[in-house]
Amino acid sequence: MKAFTALFTAIDQTTKTNQKVQAMVDYFTHAEEEDKIFAVSILIGNKPKRPVKTSELKEWAAELAELPMWLYEESYHIVGDLAEAIALMLPDPDKEQHVSLRENLEFLSELTDLPLEVKKARIIEYWMSAEVQERFVFNKLITGNFRMGVSKQLVIKALAKYLEQEQTSIAHQLMGKWDPYAETMDSMFAGETHLDKNYLPYPFFLAYPLDTDPATLGDIDNWYIERKLDGIRGQIIVRNEELFVWSRGEELLTDKFPEFNSLQTSLPNGTVLDGEIIPWRDGSPLPFQIMQTRIGRKNISPKYLKEAPLVMVCFDILEYNGVDLRARPLSERREILNEVIAKHTENKLLLSEAMDFKAWEEVGKFRRNARDFNCEGLMLKRKTSEYETGRRRGNWWKWKTEPMTVDGVLLYAQSGHGRRANLFTDYTFAVWDGDVLVPFAKAYSGLTDKEINVLDNWIKRNTIDKFGPVRSVKPEYVFEIAFEGINSSPRHKSGVALRFPRILRWRKDKSVKDANTKNDLLQLLEAVNS
Amino acid sequence: MLKFTDKGIYCKQADLYIDPWKPVKNAIITHGHSDHARSGMNNYLCHTETMPILRLRLGADINVQSLPYNQEISINGVKISLHPAGHIIGSAQVRLEYKGEIWVVSGDYKLIPDGLSVPFEPVKCHHFITESTFGLPIYNFPSTEEVYASINQWWKQNAAEGFNSVIIAYALGKSQSILHHLDQEIGDIFLHGAVANVNNAFNENGHNFPGTWVSPEMDRKAIKGAMIVTPSSALSTPWIRKFSPSRAALCSGWMQLRGARRRSGVDRGFVLSDHCDWSQLNEAVLATGAENIYVTHGYQTTYAKWLCDRYQLNAIEIKTQFEPATGDLD
Ligand SMILES: [Zn+2]
Ligand SMILES: [Zn+2]
Repeated sequence: MKAFTALFTAIDQTTKTNQKVQAMVDYFTHAEEEDKIFAVSILIGNKPKRPVKTSELKEWAAELAELPMWLYEESYHIVGDLAEAIALMLPDPDKEQHVSLRENLEFLSELTDLPLEVKKARIIEYWMSAEVQERFVFNKLITGNFRMGVSKQLVIKALAKYLEQEQTSIAHQLMGKWDPYAETMDSMFAGETHLDKNYLPYPFFLAYPLDTDPATLGDIDNWYIERKLDGIRGQIIVRNEELFVWSRGEELLTDKFPEFNSLQTSLPNGTVLDGEIIPWRDGSPLPFQIMQTRIGRKNISPKYLKEAPLVMVCFDILEYNGVDLRARPLSERREILNEVIAKHTENKLLLSEAMDFKAWEEVGKFRRNARDFNCEGLMLKRKTSEYETGRRRGNWWKWKTEPMTVDGVLLYAQSGHGRRANLFTDYTFAVWDGDVLVPFAKAYSGLTDKEINVLDNWIKRNTIDKFGPVRSVKPEYVFEIAFEGINSSPRHKSGVALRFPRILRWRKDKSVKDANTKNDLLQLLEAVNS
Repeated sequence: MLKFTDKGIYCKQADLYIDPWKPVKNAIITHGHSDHARSGMNNYLCHTETMPILRLRLGADINVQSLPYNQEISINGVKISLHPAGHIIGSAQVRLEYKGEIWVVSGDYKLIPDGLSVPFEPVKCHHFITESTFGLPIYNFPSTEEVYASINQWWKQNAAEGFNSVIIAYALGKSQSILHHLDQEIGDIFLHGAVANVNNAFNENGHNFPGTWVSPEMDRKAIKGAMIVTPSSALSTPWIRKFSPSRAALCSGWMQLRGARRRSGVDRGFVLSDHCDWSQLNEAVLATGAENIYVTHGYQTTYAKWLCDRYQLNAIEIKTQFEPATGDLD
């Protein structure tokens, strides 16, 4: 655990990606062989099962530190992170002990079935043999909310460097579910042995948000311009008479989407399609919310299948007749895709239409009104582009429409977690309902660090009431809140629920009276749904 | 004997304030930090080593008298003496005795010796006024030797990789203890003007702190693998660009928390404080034998409650004007 703790610390201490990659390479070079595969698993975001309740951990820690529970709670609120609060409050260790990462993870999984008193004794024994930082990492593993602060892409980069392999091949091996107890570094990455993993998707190529004037992209004729639909990005794979549907989050969703079952026989073996899976009826997409409830369900009733049938709007083909097409130009891939879709007669697969624009200004106009066309913006893809891996600048851009916005009054504040512990960073905003302010959105992103500090200071001095960690503040400041979608929600006082609300800016030029009203929200809702 | 007023802590019998924040006639100043030493007082009294700092910061023409530690004076029947607080050079606790009742105003203090200031000495009293900047059990500071070793290690590593090292620390106090512990074999040491000024004031009185002031004319090519000590105010100025490529570290007790460390936006955070951590606070309070404890700036509500609950002391919180600013370097 010492080496792994050092790796965590090194990653945590820097914001520079090359230093993070170097820290991982150093770790892989020096760590115990049997630990490495477990480290990979944790680095890419797999978490051990939680063997104890956090309330139990809290009690044991407070007892060991001889602190009353109220003081423990106060301190926890300042730290904002349970694992860290416990690590800091425990008494100094009284012995030393070396446990490998693998041993530690085994220890945690064995713990689950032990009697409570034994769990307690074991955990206390561990605590009392570790320094603060190792305790912290250990607690993070126990509480199951462990995040290493590296993207999967960076882990892939580090592994590629350490193993001297291509990033794409590492990415490919890491897809899907695998069990670190059943694998070794060799079985995972030695190549040959894993040709039989034919259920695996290709690593997704993700578009970069467009941050410049599209005119800088050059001649518009060099680009495919498609609608950006708001569904689930996925790959449909048919190999050896078997069908697999993967989401971009690398979840295997085949069972959730029975609509696609027939593709198993209607598509030729060795076909991989990339597109957006979306509920679709009468020639147009249905709201995202329908998709979400659909995915949340364990069993899908025939009624639901009829009300919200899914299709894939396909925009790329990565494999055909067993041949990997990713290095071919997009224009060639689209030609093949056209053929495949044309042959397909069940209306489960639609073609993502390449729209005809003569000039970038027209594109800009379409984007501004994208919502009128049932999409959230545009995709711009260079006709000559290969299918790359990960999110990259250059050949694929997404250009989303401007979000909807509402001016709301800051009503409640709560301290943040992790990086923002001890600062009020989670805010609740309200609109007017007559002369009453009703909350309509929670948001915790969009302000600069400087603004957060100023606001934090103001909140501390203008608190009206405290409810646990939440403070109600004097209604004084107005913020412009942006969001992606709006749905009716009788559960909320405002009558609506927003998708992805965030703070666009602090409207210091507006007074509380200028904030929007509940009625404004309801009108927006009506406009969106009509 | 002492009252908490809107001008500061007041002793009516001797007609004087301790660390007042508004202009008054007579003021005893515990130490030179700006939240304790303010301008506008008719008469100042402080420790001998704080005097040059007051003159530097409040003006050469102030009316100031000084006292060494443990020497008693008497004002209108009140016996007054200063005792080492261990916070920074010249920092003092103020002991006041009148008709057998003893009060101690500790100002800012710490128990761990920093190798520079005279170490804290507990003073028996009936009434003890303490700060509570780090008055929560999450604050348990590592040993200072350990921290200084890692600062030097960090500097060495940066120098080897072609980076300058920038240490951000309070100009008065923290900067000097860091300078005192830097391994001068590793490279050159440069100073921000604010730090250099404080050093000069001390150096004129027998101290000897290393480092060269970086003037605007100085050639940046001369600065390689060096250590630069600066207060945080310089961070957003063009001055700091002279040292690029560089890595920056913050030295503060707040660096104990991961959130604060990450929010600070620097490359490293070293847990180094001139205040008490949790165990030091408890030790200090108990060592005074005082029954009445007044808890000021920091986590006063929580810490006062703890003292009542755990040690059955008569502890009350004294509300100060502001909540602690979490980014404070002090
Ligand atoms: Zn101070
Ligand atoms: Zn202070």
